[in-house]
Amino acid sequence: MSRAPLTKSRKFTEVQQRLSSEGAAIFVDREGKEALYVLSPYRIDYVHSYAEDSPFFLGLAEHRLRGSRCTGCAYVYGTPRGHCQFCGEPTEWVDLPLSGKVHSWTTCHFGSEAFLKETPYNLVLVEFEGVNSLLFSRLKDCGEKDIYVGMPVEARFAPEPKFSITDVWFVPATKK
Amino acid sequence: MAETKKGPKRDLFPGTPTPSSPRRPGRRVYMVSGGVTKFAKAHPTMDFRLMCKRAFDLAKADVPNLTNAMIDGSRVSYFSDHFSRQLKAASMVQDYLGLNPRGSVRIEWGGATGGECFQAAYEAVASGRMDCCLAVGYETMSRVPTWKGNEFIALASDTNFDFPLGGFYTGYYALMVNRHIYEYVRRRKFAHVKDEREAQRLAVEYGTRIMAKVSVKNHRNALDNPYAQYPKAIDVEGVLHSEMVSYPLTREQICTMSDGAAAVFLCSEERAKELTDAPVQVTGVGCGTDTMRLADRPFGKVLLTPKEKAEEYADLPYPGVHSFRAGRAAGLEAYRHAGIEDPNRELDFIELHDAYSSSEIQTYEDLGLCKYGEGYDFVERGDPFLKGVDYGFEVPRAGAIPVNPSGGLIACGHPVGATGLMQAVFAFWQLEGSIGKHFGSGRLQIPNARRGAIHSHAGTGSAVTVSILEARP
Ligand SMILES: [Zn+2]
Repeated sequence: MSRAPLTKSRKFTEVQQRLSSEGAAIFVDREGKEALYVLSPYRIDYVHSYAEDSPFFLGLAEHRLRGSRCTGCAYVYGTPRGHCQFCGEPTEWVDLPLSGKVHSWTTCHFGSEAFLKETPYNLVLVEFEGVNSLLFSRLKDCGEKDIYVGMPVEARFAPEPKFSITDVWFVPATKK
Repeated sequence: MAETKKGPKRDLFPGTPTPSSPRRPGRRVYMVSGGVTKFAKAHPTMDFRLMCKRAFDLAKADVPNLTNAMIDGSRVSYFSDHFSRQLKAASMVQDYLGLNPRGSVRIEWGGATGGECFQAAYEAVASGRMDCCLAVGYETMSRVPTWKGNEFIALASDTNFDFPLGGFYTGYYALMVNRHIYEYVRRRKFAHVKDEREAQRLAVEYGTRIMAKVSVKNHRNALDNPYAQYPKAIDVEGVLHSEMVSYPLTREQICTMSDGAAAVFLCSEERAKELTDAPVQVTGVGCGTDTMRLADRPFGKVLLTPKEKAEEYADLPYPGVHSFRAGRAAGLEAYRHAGIEDPNRELDFIELHDAYSSSEIQTYEDLGLCKYGEGYDFVERGDPFLKGVDYGFEVPRAGAIPVNPSGGLIACGHPVGATGLMQAVFAFWQLEGSIGKHFGSGRLQIPNARRGAIHSHAGTGSAVTVSILEARP
């Protein structure tokens, strides 16, 4: 049994290219030392449960934004959690306002591999009147030059829910 | 928000009890030696076992009396199983180093993995369980493409609420520093500007120019550090005009992914005396934590250093997303343990987890090197710069308290599990006065360095460690 000899290269990019076509290649370093590279794929579908966070994601599908309020100390969470981080008491679900303000923001020109094709995109932390903590979201329909801390924004919901945090996003507020 | 009428009062949520440490200090712990591999984009001909062996051998070479039989066990750190898809890799390190059947455990704590590993080894010795414990850590990040690597790192954010939005750590840090700039530059230095957008634009311009100086400092310090991945004689314009990654952070203000390993030996007093004439005592350890999600960070009261007063921060919601409460808690705990009241005066240098130029400035404040809000002025005054290095701009108070004399993460690289241990090694060499021997040039040696701190930082500030090292000649 025989196969064509493996490609040897001092260029790592070349080794990478060979890997995808031939499955293996040899990298040669400056001192002439060789390293055998092979491709090792990895893919899995997780069966993920939103568990106690489920009502939030089901709420998005009904175009409702839900936070939670502590039954002990009345702290209101803009991102829901089942139990209070201060007093440990359980929380109850509350509806959040559908408009708020930008607490902080950025525009990502690069991203993780999963989101590279969506760049540039804006990330915002949103603050709501009467709510003690924030909600992390995307800000759409505006660019880096338009955004500022304190900017009024309002929620939009995906017409076809994907049951992801991306089912809600914000846009610049239409009314003052 | 905290200031709204409907919500509960801020006073109800002090949030953080003052850390008290240590309840029982245990035995004295000394560092006797350390070793690091060069940090590089890739080490194709070394896997993690060999990298750890190289760092281990270098550390051993400096203490010839240390035999393998004297090593009671190890703590092994690496951050992510995703990077090499080898679970239980720490066992393979223990195995390769020939330390079986002695005790060992893997340590993982995000970006602070190396710092936690150092403290885990400290605990093994302080508790009396071991007389000599090896702390060794590594990361091989070159085995996946860069943007996939960023995705793996971003999985260290809440996968229900944060990651699917565009999980990207540079984005998270950019968002935090934008609020930091708003809080301290827009509200203070540009309070007179009426137009909100214009004021914020000016504030970001002002803040990023100073952030760029931190990047210049770390890149230029590293010019004399042969272990560093990216030494570079860059200038402020070069930093600001490098590619925009996540506004306002440009590429030169962000640490990179690396391959590398580091090893440290910690010993009891008697064992240290057998091995070296110049041991370095670990006189303080501290660790702090905060919420995983940025959105959950409270708006409460500042955890005060002995020099600060509550009135100074009456209008400052804390920590919000602008400051790292975990860093403040870790610093306070370590300082108390080491008997430090004024870190600025009592520390000779700090190796600080500068994953971003911005987080170095935020951390000056958390560690009490200056007050909250004074981080930018601290850079402008020149306090964290080295004397005798040409940065291309004025640094009036250079040498006051050098931060990242080695070049930090920005210039050395960030092989996560090794990083916090690399800091311990560089700090040890400073305190031993052996920078010249190890770097081949003494230019980065801080004269008469007696006491230094190392600072390791995870997530968006969800965990931070601070350890204090002191020369005991
Ligand atoms: Zn509560």
